[in-house]
Amino acid sequence: MVDLSTKIHELELKNPVCTASGTFGYGEEFADFFDPGLLGSIFIKGLTLKNRAGNPYPRMSETASGMLNAVGLQNKGIDHFIENIYPRIKEFDTHIIANVNGSTVEEYVELTERINELDHIPAIELNISCPNVKEGGMAFGVSCPSAVAVTEAVREVYDKTLIVKLSPNVTDIAEMALAVEGAGADSISLVNTFLGMAIDAETRKPLLSTITGGLSGPSIKPIALRMVWQVYKAVNIPVFGMGGIMNATDAIEFLLAGSSAVQVGTACFIDPQIPIKIIQGIEDYMERHGVKEVRELVGGLID
Amino acid sequence: MKRIEDLTVKNLRWLNTNSYVLELSGSEATRDIRPGNFAEIRIDNHPDVFLRRPFSYLDYNKDEKTVSFFVKAIGKGTHKLGTLKKGETVNIIHPLGNSFSIPENKKVLITGGGSGIAPFIMLGRELKEKGNEIHILTGGRTSEDILFTDEFRKYGEVFCTTEDGSLGEKGLLTQHSIFSGKAFDYDLIYTCGPDGMMKAVASIAKERSIDCEASLENLMACGFGVCLCCIQETTEGNKCVCTEGPVFNINELKW
Ligand SMILES: Cc1cc2nc3c(=O)[nH]c(=O)nc-3n(C[C@H](O)[C@H](O)[C@H](O)COP(=O)(O)OP(=O)(O)OC[C@H]3O[C@@H](n4cnc5c(N)ncnc54)[C@H](O)[C@@H]3O)c2cc1C
Ligand SMILES: Cc1cc2nc3c(=O)[nH]c(=O)nc-3n(C[C@H](O)[C@H](O)[C@H](O)COP(=O)(O)O)c2cc1C
Ligand code: FES
Repeated sequence: MVDLSTKIHELELKNPVCTASGTFGYGEEFADFFDPGLLGSIFIKGLTLKNRAGNPYPRMSETASGMLNAVGLQNKGIDHFIENIYPRIKEFDTHIIANVNGSTVEEYVELTERINELDHIPAIELNISCPNVKEGGMAFGVSCPSAVAVTEAVREVYDKTLIVKLSPNVTDIAEMALAVEGAGADSISLVNTFLGMAIDAETRKPLLSTITGGLSGPSIKPIALRMVWQVYKAVNIPVFGMGGIMNATDAIEFLLAGSSAVQVGTACFIDPQIPIKIIQGIEDYMERHGVKEVRELVGGLID
Repeated sequence: MKRIEDLTVKNLRWLNTNSYVLELSGSEATRDIRPGNFAEIRIDNHPDVFLRRPFSYLDYNKDEKTVSFFVKAIGKGTHKLGTLKKGETVNIIHPLGNSFSIPENKKVLITGGGSGIAPFIMLGRELKEKGNEIHILTGGRTSEDILFTDEFRKYGEVFCTTEDGSLGEKGLLTQHSIFSGKAFDYDLIYTCGPDGMMKAVASIAKERSIDCEASLENLMACGFGVCLCCIQETTEGNKCVCTEGPVFNINELKW
């Protein structure tokens, strides 16, 4: 038996395989496919204080080895979540982690305070990297001073595990990571989607209502992997790595590059059982390589 | 319950130059299938097809554990799917979405264009079982596009239009004389096909205050309610076509 458990700050994960925000709903949508309680943790769909309708249709365009999305954080707001969704998912046998969004520092703080009251949510992922909203979102995550300001303000009111999700749409990802570490983050997750665009040559029209959107899937994996490795070398806090993970080998590469745990995103649309197959695949790999604890793999790149 | 299944190609039959019926066997999900439901099919071995593709069921057979789809080859995925050989494996997630309502002892009109006729064989059968009087109107560019007529005749009276006049009345589906006739006294109209056609049918239904259900084909990434890419604007805000649809009452739509 190999030991798959890992630790992010105070958070004990039974295995390093989590699902990424916005690609796994609230977890319950996958109950027909497998027991979500088997996951290391579930990052639920991005939350905002108020109901958000999101962007107009079309919001999706398939690309070679990936997809662009322009969902724009559609969700019914924190009150609806607490009343209707939280009671249904709080008994999952794994950690539920909230993805926190705002258009001002005050909104991030207020939403964090609301989530802080929920006993079954032991951590938040501060999303300062959504490319699909006009105000806030990625704007906070592409400049160090604003990333620091929002992280510090949330840290003030939140004692549980604080994960900050970085945008890859920056020139120096290590600098951003260092800045949020300094501002009090317990962990960093990366990457969110890459800003991209698609055009229909026949009609000369954009394929997304917002013209630009966020690219995810295997096409971003090499860049995501490089960024995780740069961040791992720069900071002393644990990292959740993601970006185009489609199978166990991809996940292991992220662990070797320095992720303490990984998040599986877009792959869940194509194979909803992929997170479970990845857990199994990591176990097989460890047995094959005589690795007893998954933690030994973290940053295990031989360079 | 939604299932992920590896099914076997029992048959793939091209009906004309651009469409085929794909029949798959080995499904344990047939008892859950309702008219209007759809499946997400994974298309393997094509470098540019990343996501699954959604298709309404054409039919199913509980005893033989088969499901079938009517597919129009319009792009890379649907062409690739059309090259499958008997005995090959296909991965599908199903059944998904909601279904058409089935009244009893009413007079109904079914309107289908292009691949939009797919869900209407199952619907026609169920409507007939419930004692409804059924008229079925299909439209296409040429007589080649008018398919499943014999099957539809088992359930009701069949009409058609072709743009070139090679079969039935010449013109667009909504130009058919059925719409101007005195006997236009349906209790419910069903529509599935290109957006323009569905909107035209919906506007006639609205004008005459007849209930109408449309089955939408929005672009989808997941098909089971998690990506929020397939949304349709409704009077109650954005709804997911894959879970709260694909069938909508037109009064709900902002058409
Ligand atoms: C609920 C549902 C049920 C469906 N049922 C059927 C069915 O029974 N039979 C059938 O033949 N088709 C059906 N479709 C449509 C089918 O899913 C698309 O034709 C298919 O995904 C196209 O894939 P492709 O790779 O061949 O096209 P691509 O190469 O991806 O695209 C080719 C062109 O078609 C357009 N296109 C792709 N998908 C759609 C779509 N969903 N709506 C409008 N335009 C699109 C693209 O924008 C592009 O211009 C259904 C769709 C939905 C959502
Ligand atoms: C449809 C869709 C919706 C997403 N919604 C969110 C979100 O609400 N919050 C967030 O932090 N990231 C969101 N993401 C980004 C993913 O969590 C992830 O960072 C990104 O997709 C890269 O991983 P992947 O390539 O494995 O999908 C979304 C991604 C997709 C494809
Ligand atoms: S296609 Fe993903 S939510 Fe409908």
